[in-house]
Amino acid sequence: MSTPTTTHISPGLALRHGFALAGRSITKTRKNPESLLDVTLQPIIFLLLFVYLFGGALAGSPEQYLQLLLPGLMVQNIAFASLGTGMALCTDISKGVFDRFRSMPIARSAPLVGAVLGDVVRFVVTLAVLIVFAVILGFRVQTDPGRFLVAVVLMILFGLCLCWVSVFVGMLVKSPQAVPGTLVAFILPLTFGSNVFVSADTMPGWLRGWVEINPVSHLTNAARGLLLGGEWVGDAVWAFVWGVAIAAVFFPLALRAYRRRVG
Amino acid sequence: MSGNTDLAVEAEGLVKRFGDTVALDGVDLAVPRGKVLGVLGPNGAGKTTAVRVLATLLRADEGWARVGGYDVREQATAVRGLIGLTGQYASVDEDLSGTENLVLIGKLLGLPKAEAKARAKDLMARFELTDAAGRSVKTYSGGMRRRADLAASLVGRPEVLYLDEPTTGLDPHSRNEVWATVRTLVDDGTTVLLTTQYLEEADRLADLITVIDHGRVIANGTPNELKRRTGGQALQVRPSLPTDLPAVAAILRELTGIDPITDAESGLLSTPVDNSLLLSALVRRLDEAGITADELALRLPSLDEVFLSLTGRTTPVTEGSVA
Repeated sequence: MSTPTTTHISPGLALRHGFALAGRSITKTRKNPESLLDVTLQPIIFLLLFVYLFGGALAGSPEQYLQLLLPGLMVQNIAFASLGTGMALCTDISKGVFDRFRSMPIARSAPLVGAVLGDVVRFVVTLAVLIVFAVILGFRVQTDPGRFLVAVVLMILFGLCLCWVSVFVGMLVKSPQAVPGTLVAFILPLTFGSNVFVSADTMPGWLRGWVEINPVSHLTNAARGLLLGGEWVGDAVWAFVWGVAIAAVFFPLALRAYRRRVG
Repeated sequence: MSGNTDLAVEAEGLVKRFGDTVALDGVDLAVPRGKVLGVLGPNGAGKTTAVRVLATLLRADEGWARVGGYDVREQATAVRGLIGLTGQYASVDEDLSGTENLVLIGKLLGLPKAEAKARAKDLMARFELTDAAGRSVKTYSGGMRRRADLAASLVGRPEVLYLDEPTTGLDPHSRNEVWATVRTLVDDGTTVLLTTQYLEEADRLADLITVIDHGRVIANGTPNELKRRTGGQALQVRPSLPTDLPAVAAILRELTGIDPITDAESGLLSTPVDNSLLLSALVRRLDEAGITADELALRLPSLDEVFLSLTGRTTPVTEGSVA
């Protein structure tokens, strides 16, 4: 026996297991680039659709609207990209290799943590496609590369937290197709019931109340500040707190659903 | 609990229900350190369920099990540190290459990267997979997958290895390779729990055999003990004319009360018997019926006949011509 008998798995060790399995998930993505198709096409479609459909009516011209819209579209694409995590895990979990993981002295949460961390690749791809395409259409960052980087990191952190909702649903439903079906009911009010597309000024009071506390609004405000100039720290803190809260609720729920699912 | 330290695996009174189905109905198992226990039984007997309980993948509804002295329920992580599992369906990632699978397992077990790579390379070579090491497992043949799976379960150098029907669906060559590997592992001190539907496999590999049927243990012992215990002997007849097979089968059924095993290819009928006087009775009856036989013998039964006499059914899987 070369490995000492483990009786307890510390959080640090659990995280290391998670990273090893994130490596697995990234290797799989690399070998299967078509699994990135959704996060590649989605930003382009969203961008063209909203900029040219609403731009003139809402901001006077598509070009002006693009500046205002892009920070919020980043958040929306992140939210939609998180759908993939639950779908992929829902399929993955029924494969024989999960029996092997579960028969090994590794953290119970490791396969889930690995899948979520591995999806950083999806977030990076979707943001890269979105920003490059937006720049082609005329978007310009008004601040500096440092703040731009902060915005991207904030988005990815928020995406990692949101993934736990997707993982939770993926553990509950039997077929992966049911994941987007269920989650769209959660993501649409989250992303459209925000200040991403229009200002809250014309909304009825109850809706404005929601828009003001919505994490997507906070993250969008922070991103606008970071990319276009202006105040961002307060909103970034709020978005971060929301992210942590979402993860704190859905990580244990996802883990419990996983245990139930696999017996 | 007995806590016998000579036993690598011990289980008592395991019960597992899935809805109305009782998969395990009070199973006791014991595997002495460094030995091979063959768990033999037909499809659906509960073999895989028993392995999954012992591998901490399933919780038994009743009973207890210990592996290396650790309780599978209370000390699951410690148990997982001792075991290797090769499932009935290959438990490797099809999208990764053979090497990537083994390196991943090494990393999960806490090996430094270089060590994980070195072990992967050794194991791929040992299982004759070096040429395919960089290819996705989904391009592997059934035999190669099974070998990759076995290699994967050996990365952690387990003390106790579970092999759940390791050769089901393999060609004779691959089957012999798996058998040779198991023998090498046992020579190195590994304890093996092997489930199989193949009597020949149990006969060749196992030091001890536990026969399970309908979730219950119906017999226990060494292959030779089982052969001696059940019926004691076997009666074999090969009629000169293949057309006489049904008539001879009918005579045997009348004499012993059970359907004999017919090997259509060799034209040989065999049946377990507990009374050697039946031989002379058989000779008399054949004579009366005017049937001549090319071969007529009384010998120690094969495990096929043991299984027949224990369960009242013929072998779970007809072995075909695998030698």
